[in-house]
Amino acid sequence: MSIEKQEKRQGATLVAPALLWTLGFFVIPFAAMVMMSLAHLEGREIVQGHDLGNYLRIFTDPSLRRGIFVSLEITAVVTVISVLLAWPLAWIIATRVPARWRRMALLLAVLPFWTSYVVRSYSWALVLGEKGVVMNALVGLGLLAEPVQIMATRSATIIGFVHFFVMLLTLTIYSNLIQLSPNYARAAEDLGASKWQVIRLVILPLTLPGVMTGAFLTFVLCIGDYITPQILGGNNELTLPQLIMLQLGRRGDFPMASALSVVLMVIVTLAYAACARWLKMERV
Amino acid sequence: MALKHTCSILAVTAGLTSALASAAQAEDLNALIWCDHADPELLQPFEEAHDVRVNVKEYEGTAAGLTLLEQSRPGDWDVMVIDAVDVGRAVERGLLAPLPVDQLATDSYFPEAVLADHTTVDGTTYAVTEKFGYNTIAYNKAAVDPADMASLDALWSGKYDGRIAIYDYYLPVLGLVGLEAGIDTADLGADTLETIREPLMKLNAASKQVSDVVGSQTALATGEVDVLIGGGEWLTAVLNAENPDLDWTIPEEGGLLWAQSLAIVEGTEKPELALEFIKYITSPEGQARLATSSCYWGMPANKAAGDVLTDEQKAILRWDDQPDYLSRAQLYPVPDADTDAAMQDLWTDMLQN
Repeated sequence: MSIEKQEKRQGATLVAPALLWTLGFFVIPFAAMVMMSLAHLEGREIVQGHDLGNYLRIFTDPSLRRGIFVSLEITAVVTVISVLLAWPLAWIIATRVPARWRRMALLLAVLPFWTSYVVRSYSWALVLGEKGVVMNALVGLGLLAEPVQIMATRSATIIGFVHFFVMLLTLTIYSNLIQLSPNYARAAEDLGASKWQVIRLVILPLTLPGVMTGAFLTFVLCIGDYITPQILGGNNELTLPQLIMLQLGRRGDFPMASALSVVLMVIVTLAYAACARWLKMERV
Repeated sequence: MALKHTCSILAVTAGLTSALASAAQAEDLNALIWCDHADPELLQPFEEAHDVRVNVKEYEGTAAGLTLLEQSRPGDWDVMVIDAVDVGRAVERGLLAPLPVDQLATDSYFPEAVLADHTTVDGTTYAVTEKFGYNTIAYNKAAVDPADMASLDALWSGKYDGRIAIYDYYLPVLGLVGLEAGIDTADLGADTLETIREPLMKLNAASKQVSDVVGSQTALATGEVDVLIGGGEWLTAVLNAENPDLDWTIPEEGGLLWAQSLAIVEGTEKPELALEFIKYITSPEGQARLATSSCYWGMPANKAAGDVLTDEQKAILRWDDQPDYLSRAQLYPVPDADTDAAMQDLWTDMLQN
């Protein structure tokens, strides 16, 4: 056997487990989900078929269609706010915190990850309530005449999400910032750039890969999350994952749940494609 | 040294063998349940008496439970808790085994809680009721006028706007909205459903949130809301020690009776053990423990549990008021598949608007 053939065979052997894993745990389940989305519910029975009725209904039924927009709106707002908060935090940790304290600062930044996601959401429910810490403090300080409703609104959902995703984004942006050579900033300053110009024209563009990677992760995790809007949103509007759960838990309508899941996956894929195209990720 | 080492290995091996043997001896009973059956205080006496381990899996919503059964292999599940009004749906799909009800102590049951029309299909009994209660109005009597709670009208009056939570389960709440509109739950069908759309949307506009059991309990307990439509003793009883002001009532328009039942799953390989479990749960002791489960309280279907419950527990359950309550409560709507879909569409519209 030639060396080339031997190398090919070795390569195939090494790649095979990953391919089999992807085939078994992604390709086949995904194909099953697509097939299920083409079936429909007749009475309480699932009838196999090949029609696009479920997809048609998603885009014509106002309640289902709104779920897509609600999810996109919340996800967009959460992603933008999280990036705006995380970048300065990561920059401060990477450049302003003395090296010996950085580990502690990062530890404090990721501390919320150590708490159960559900417990954290319920904690926010207590904090944001009309008789919670925030309202008591604002009313006590005379900043508000009476409590305003935050809990059981979209704002509560966004706050819960931002709290979680700022930590995630801080880590991705920090890992990008820490790898930048200080010579870039020094060179820019030597050429007459102000501190602000160094950040805006040099550091920020160089951290875009980290920002975009974190933003994409935030987008994917946020748009697919069920727990936070369920606990903090008060069911006053439904996101796509909540609609999917309604189909599964209440109706036993697996075809519609599958169709909604396919739509969710398409949205995530489009977001990835846009992100990769913009960043030319294959070259990063 | 070598001898000591060998002895240690032998001791560890003996310990492991003994533990494995003990585990192998203990039989398993697999139960598809609601959270009240997961209370160790309920399961422990049965497990000890029969040297058995009860493995429980909680599910929410009959559709989810039936799907779980259909996706399982025969023998995976031995017993199941199911809404009494949904027993027919499970029997239709061949998921439940006939139940030798003559071997159970149903003679001392509250007659209204037997619900034979729902647990018996074509003369064969498939389930036995075990616990019941009411979906009605729960409220904080320190924050609202209890006299207002005597009528459902109060929730639409504007007086409690923004202080109401809606329990997130379409069947009982649509039933209550129907009662407010003068429609009995038995008459709530495709032709009458549109009648309750407007009052339902008004109720939603007056409410602060629509929440599940934990969310509703949290909202009432923290004062986030003062009234919960769809609530009842099952929600306030576990909070009684923390806040005795949390109360419930059945308004003059009526309330909805919920009743859960226990059945043997078709294909079980342990029908005798499954029957023993049902005998235990329907016994006075099992009934008292189930009624006061840490997850939620409810009235035991078996009156004889009254001999085991304390006076304080019976007071919280409103034991003495049951004849009046039962006479005024109506069963859940039992929609056919199409009406059920229409009801859920209406519910989704409410949530999304």
